[in-house]
Amino acid sequence: MKLYLKIWRQLNTSSKGEMVNYEIDGVSEHMSFLEMLDLLNESLIQKKERVIEFDHDCREGICGQCGVMIDGRAHGPLKNTTTCQLHMRSFKDGDTIYIEPFRAKAFPILRDLKIDRSAFDSIIESGGFIGASTGQAPEANSIPISYETAEASFDAAACIGCGACVATCKNASAALFVGAKITHLALLPQGKIEASKRVLTMVQQMDAEGFGNCSDTRACEIECPQGISILSIAKMNAEYTKALIFRK
Amino acid sequence: MTDSKIPEGPLAEKWNNYKAKAKLVNPANRKKLNIIVVGTGLAGASCAASLAEQGYNIQSFCFQDSARRAHSVAAQGGVNAAKNYKNDGDSTYRMFYDTIKGGDFRSREANVYRLAECSAALIDHAVAQGVPFAREYAGYLNNRSFGGVQVSRTFYARGQTGQQLLLGAYQGLLRQVSLGKVTMHTRHEMLELVVIDGKAKGIIARNLETGELERHIADAVVLASGGYGKVYYLSTLAMGCNSSAIWRAHKKGAYMAGVSWIQFHPTSLPQHGENQSKLTLMSESLRNDGRIWVPKAAADDRNPNTIPEEERDYYLERKYPSFGNLAPRDISSRAAKEQIDAGHGVGPMKNAIYLDFSDAIKTQGKDNIEAKYSNLFAMYEKITGINAYKEPMLISPSAHFTMGGLWVDYELMTTIPGLFALGEANFADHGANRLGANSLLQACVDGYFIAPYTIPNYLAGELNAPKNTIAHPAFDEAEKAVRAQLDKFLNSKGTLSTDHFHKKIGRLLYEKCGLSRSKEKLEEALDEIKLLKTSFEKDLLITGDDTLNSELEKAGRIADYIELAALMCHDALQREESCGAHFREEYQTPDGEAVRNDADFCYVSAWEWKGAAQKPELHKEPLVFESVELAVRSYK
Repeated sequence: MKLYLKIWRQLNTSSKGEMVNYEIDGVSEHMSFLEMLDLLNESLIQKKERVIEFDHDCREGICGQCGVMIDGRAHGPLKNTTTCQLHMRSFKDGDTIYIEPFRAKAFPILRDLKIDRSAFDSIIESGGFIGASTGQAPEANSIPISYETAEASFDAAACIGCGACVATCKNASAALFVGAKITHLALLPQGKIEASKRVLTMVQQMDAEGFGNCSDTRACEIECPQGISILSIAKMNAEYTKALIFRK
Repeated sequence: MTDSKIPEGPLAEKWNNYKAKAKLVNPANRKKLNIIVVGTGLAGASCAASLAEQGYNIQSFCFQDSARRAHSVAAQGGVNAAKNYKNDGDSTYRMFYDTIKGGDFRSREANVYRLAECSAALIDHAVAQGVPFAREYAGYLNNRSFGGVQVSRTFYARGQTGQQLLLGAYQGLLRQVSLGKVTMHTRHEMLELVVIDGKAKGIIARNLETGELERHIADAVVLASGGYGKVYYLSTLAMGCNSSAIWRAHKKGAYMAGVSWIQFHPTSLPQHGENQSKLTLMSESLRNDGRIWVPKAAADDRNPNTIPEEERDYYLERKYPSFGNLAPRDISSRAAKEQIDAGHGVGPMKNAIYLDFSDAIKTQGKDNIEAKYSNLFAMYEKITGINAYKEPMLISPSAHFTMGGLWVDYELMTTIPGLFALGEANFADHGANRLGANSLLQACVDGYFIAPYTIPNYLAGELNAPKNTIAHPAFDEAEKAVRAQLDKFLNSKGTLSTDHFHKKIGRLLYEKCGLSRSKEKLEEALDEIKLLKTSFEKDLLITGDDTLNSELEKAGRIADYIELAALMCHDALQREESCGAHFREEYQTPDGEAVRNDADFCYVSAWEWKGAAQKPELHKEPLVFESVELAVRSYK
């Protein structure tokens, strides 16, 4: 099929970007969206032009490195699907597709569609862990965890840190990302000990990174490729309130 | 040079003996010592975090935008540990034996025993970190069985075990960043190793955001940069996976071993077209419930659901009745290739076999199959558009894991003192074939439990060594070499992209140094690689400049792949036997099973780089088996 692409090009963080038009022919429905971009880049190289920079790595939906806005939607039109797992059978011949980076104040654009998501690392660094050093662990089965708890914890832990939740949120809030980590760890008995400290420092860091507040529009839940529930935001709020009340 | 430094004593006591005698560094002195760790996958992140916890200063590097992206994240099926929670006959020895047999008796007894011995502690540690492993209703950890073994020793977190283990390691790593013990360098790629007075003392890294070259100095360097299966282009690996860190260390004097031992994963998705960039892996755990078959008649293109039972060949169940669909990966992949080559392949490109869940759905119900594999079935449908609850999956073998890597001794140290290689980057524990769910294990055990003993043992001797600075001539020379290569790429006036060369080298290796090899094909491959190298040097075209430029990043990786491909062929050519993943067509039984030659090839092939114009030099490390009898590896 033949497609008309409008792609965001921007040289670096401080420069001004713009949408640039491209045409691409010979796209097969079995190609992934990123393979379509590979094909476009191949044609740019043949014209001796600089390629379109975009982030990607595993191309199987788990590393969280890819992610662009496709026709205004984070990761494109499908539910529970990362950009790399989107295939061209979701488009038809003659379509015009708008491709832009994930936009948020806390995610500066590095070049074209590549962004800097190190704010997410900073939030994890502020407390998104259980402080167990190598060598300290007790026998694994000495801490029984109910099936339901383990599954619920996993549901939240499945977050791939792609940033679609932030990109789709009108406030550029990271509440779903942070809520997911709070929930993953707070549900587990071994994560409860640090739960109060964790929620306070992570929320503080989230604000410091320049993410907006959550106003409960639930857009994040719709675009999350891992289907993380906004109940994890509720859990974060509950943990936060509890931590504030009992803070010593 | 290839002294494996296996400790004294009976097999089960060797690691304890080593630990009892290993040198220590006083806690007050640890903060004076710096360690560079390249790679933030399970091996790199766990090693960096564990050494930081002890008090050393760590510089951690990854090419991705975050440490959490490393390709360990993609492992689906699980991680093995000899906990014997299922009370079904498992033990450290049993796990050791399965692994050494699975590797076709081409790995070191002492290394493999240590891997099994440390496996239980890994599960304990991962649970303490908050890894949400699958549980039974009573709250205890659940296990399943996995390819190539007869006990249930695999721990798992749905189909995302690698991701969950990596998040545990990543969070542990970032905790050390917050404590000031680790400095993270994301979007940085190591482009050269710096060796001073024969010891690894630093690296040259390129900042991939700005293009700047940086000098980093340390008292020891750890490479945990993963495997090189992406040399085949179409593989289950991430696009950025590469061999550059280990290859550049190889060219500085570190030997490479078992280089041509590449695992082809039997259950990946088949290729569908020329512009494809990767072959997605479907977890091997699917083989617990799926049955593998092809039509008995060649070129049968009926819809699979209409092919009657008696016209189907469940060839794994037929050929290997005691293991059936769970036969080890090398055996399953080769059997698939045999069927495809004989014209029984299915799918649009006739390059696939069926993995059928209809019996499992009939006996266990769709709900149960969904509970076990829903994410995999969903992923399959996203990529192929096919609903696997209704139609069998199309699967095919794909380049996956490299058993080969940098040669390391028992301490995981390479032939360059002070340079360590961990996880898939080393060759150590899997022999000629890796068992499912042992790669996550090896990466973690190397990083959490082995390097934290062996690296301090080395560093104890470095405490009073003369301190160098980044102004040392060795840094000048290394940076100059990197700069010269980058300039050469940018000034190349050809017409072909990096991907063009990558696809070429990949196709060549699939055909001539893939699931089966022969003297004739390997010799052809070596000639073709020479031509490809010449073409790469003059026909390459890189657009853009020396700042953020993904094409420039790829160029260096391809240059290394071309040289590595030649070494893979030399290695495969020299080893005149079939063992594990290395199947030489000349050495097989009449019914197509591998014929190993213990009399002549019971050694590790460690290769030394002798320059671009010279053949590599082979060093043999004999494999001595004191505890197991070398047996023909039969899964019949």
